[in-house]
Amino acid sequence: MPNIESSNTEINHMLNSSVMTTRADKFISWGRKNALWPLPFGTACCGIEFMSVVGPRYDVARFGAEVVRFSPRQSDLLIVAGTIVEKMGPVLKLIYDQMLDPKWVIAMGACASSGGFYRSYHTMQGCDKIIPVDVYVPGCPPTPEAVIDGIMKVQELIASGKKRPQDLRRDKEAIKNNPALHLKNGGR
Amino acid sequence: MPVNEAIKSIQADLSQTFNQDLRFSETFGDTVINFPKEKVVAIMSHLKTRHQFIMMLDICGVDYPQRTKRFDVVYHLYAPSTKARLRLKTEVGENETIDTVTSVWRGANWFEREAFDMFGLIFKGHPNLRKLLTHHEFVGHPLRKDYPADRQQPCSKTEDIWFEADQGHSNDSDKNLVPINIGPSHPATHGTFRIMAELDGETINRCNVEIGYLHRCFEKMAETHFYNQIIPYTDRLNYCSAPMNNVGFCKMVERMLGVTIPPKAIAMRIVLSELSRVIDHLVCIGTNAVDLGALTVFWYIFEQRERVYTLFEKLCGARLTVALTRIGGMLYDNPAGWEKECLETVVGIRKCVDEMDRLLTGNKIFIKRTQGVGKISADDAIAFGYTGPCLRACGVNLDLRKAEPYYGYNELDFDVPIGTNGDTYDRYLVRMEEMRQSLKIVTQVCKNMPSGDYTIRNKDIVLPEKKDVWGNIEGLMNHFMLVVKGVRPPAGEIYDYTEAANGELGFYLVSDGGPRPYRLKCRPPCFPLIQAFPSMMQGSYIADVIATLGSLNIVAGELER
Repeated sequence: MPNIESSNTEINHMLNSSVMTTRADKFISWGRKNALWPLPFGTACCGIEFMSVVGPRYDVARFGAEVVRFSPRQSDLLIVAGTIVEKMGPVLKLIYDQMLDPKWVIAMGACASSGGFYRSYHTMQGCDKIIPVDVYVPGCPPTPEAVIDGIMKVQELIASGKKRPQDLRRDKEAIKNNPALHLKNGGR
Repeated sequence: MPVNEAIKSIQADLSQTFNQDLRFSETFGDTVINFPKEKVVAIMSHLKTRHQFIMMLDICGVDYPQRTKRFDVVYHLYAPSTKARLRLKTEVGENETIDTVTSVWRGANWFEREAFDMFGLIFKGHPNLRKLLTHHEFVGHPLRKDYPADRQQPCSKTEDIWFEADQGHSNDSDKNLVPINIGPSHPATHGTFRIMAELDGETINRCNVEIGYLHRCFEKMAETHFYNQIIPYTDRLNYCSAPMNNVGFCKMVERMLGVTIPPKAIAMRIVLSELSRVIDHLVCIGTNAVDLGALTVFWYIFEQRERVYTLFEKLCGARLTVALTRIGGMLYDNPAGWEKECLETVVGIRKCVDEMDRLLTGNKIFIKRTQGVGKISADDAIAFGYTGPCLRACGVNLDLRKAEPYYGYNELDFDVPIGTNGDTYDRYLVRMEEMRQSLKIVTQVCKNMPSGDYTIRNKDIVLPEKKDVWGNIEGLMNHFMLVVKGVRPPAGEIYDYTEAANGELGFYLVSDGGPRPYRLKCRPPCFPLIQAFPSMMQGSYIADVIATLGSLNIVAGELER
């Protein structure tokens, strides 16, 4: 019969050297923030500058966000790179709606953020008129460093676990549809 | 026959054929013919058949609200054989119509649609007169002077798939035709336009293109800004090769002002233009290869693009949209040693082009995907108004740098590559060789960079240097006056052109002597390229759409302005 005492020490030793404990949501956020799959909604000049971000010199792979997907179903970070005109509005909205939760949005450049210097009859004055935006990257177009900074801001946001208005709305909706969720979350 | 004589003989013949109806004039060296609108088709077909005006470069409207006949319809024609250019103008009232010239030039179709969209001009007999750039729920005609520049109209939904009447029918009930929508957000469109195709299995039965997803109103913005403020807007036309648009715009305004820029500025403009041509072609070939599954090339070329960006950054601080030229010259002088660095970069790019050559030119997969794909004949290309590498790939020897040299291109040693088949592979080959020739030009100019001033010193055109603005009262005053008053070209109109990366980039300017253009029309080289796309794709495979699209190098910013 093995010695229970010594076996316990062994387990403790093993636990200390190779196991970490954390909260489940924190662990999931850690995974999410280091494996962002961006969808580059490149419409104009910023799209060319986004190529630089992905390209060999700036290499966004260092931040775990190099798996560029053009399908909204496979991505969780929408990068609006370029001017959004009124005609494009419904398309952008549709693409955002098709993305699965949780999802984040970067407005890259002046046009996507505010219409930029196109204060004109066919240019939407910022894509936040139709979709919620998490990070605005200034510049016309922004330098690749600025875009990487924007991606890091999104990573911080994910790590913080902060609930955005759209998250709260979504939670409320989910609880309404399935009251059992409410109990599962400890009434939170 | 020299151009002047050709134009004289055309004038003589025209006044004989159409006697009193025409009025000839000359403005800033351009020949202008005013004609009554009833005779539009007769005159145009006469010019095309008798005087070889086989290329219709541009059709646009100009609005004069005070006039009884409110609109001008302006046609720009070009005869490559005699190198003659003509501008034809006619007046059209608000509730009048004008006959379409689509029967004379196929390429007139979209230009007329744009004029209808922007001004509400009705072209009688047009096969499909519907909006082109603004969305389908848009009310009004935005380039009319009474439409406010900033009145936006939201769009609630995307239009359903539609086809033009002349694109064939699908009444054959035996076939299971599948309508398919590609874009406007699709990795292969590289920009923002929508392809609507009807498939019979893998084959395209008919196909249509819808544009306007990046119409950010360059021309209206130009009417509300000072001339120097327009330069950043021109950057964003063809953003793959921004400095070339700066050069084209400034060259036009300078010709109108009647100023000659110093040799240093000309040399710098040539270097920038040719570097831009190279990086434009690089990104075109790189992304085209990505679409065909060859990702490696893209990583190779992008490093070279970055190196050119570094050169631009050293000149002005910006990477992509540089706004480097000013009316009258350049923005800054080059930093010391810039030419040397430029020469080193050229060597690097040349090596990269050779590497690309080894990766693609003999690559079996690449050849199978591109040879014979997306073919267009020389006649069709000219009828649509093709210019640039896509036209040269069809075997037409037309490069404005050789045909109508500006900036002393005739003194430089370079060749113009010509294709034979007009397919995707030939377009690729032409671009590859053009890059080599452009690098040759850059080397020649950098080795013999002229010394001297980089801009003219006219206080009514060019801002004084910052050290003068901050250092003495005269500089400060001149700076203040020019910023408040703006550059004011004389009243009149002008059309000027440069050979941009995709073809002839033309600017047509109507000035009323004020600090802002009365009307500025940009003739984008992409416009005819994509217009011909549906007819090129008919009967080919769906995969060929992707291969062809990349090789045409459509840049939405320039296409839709």
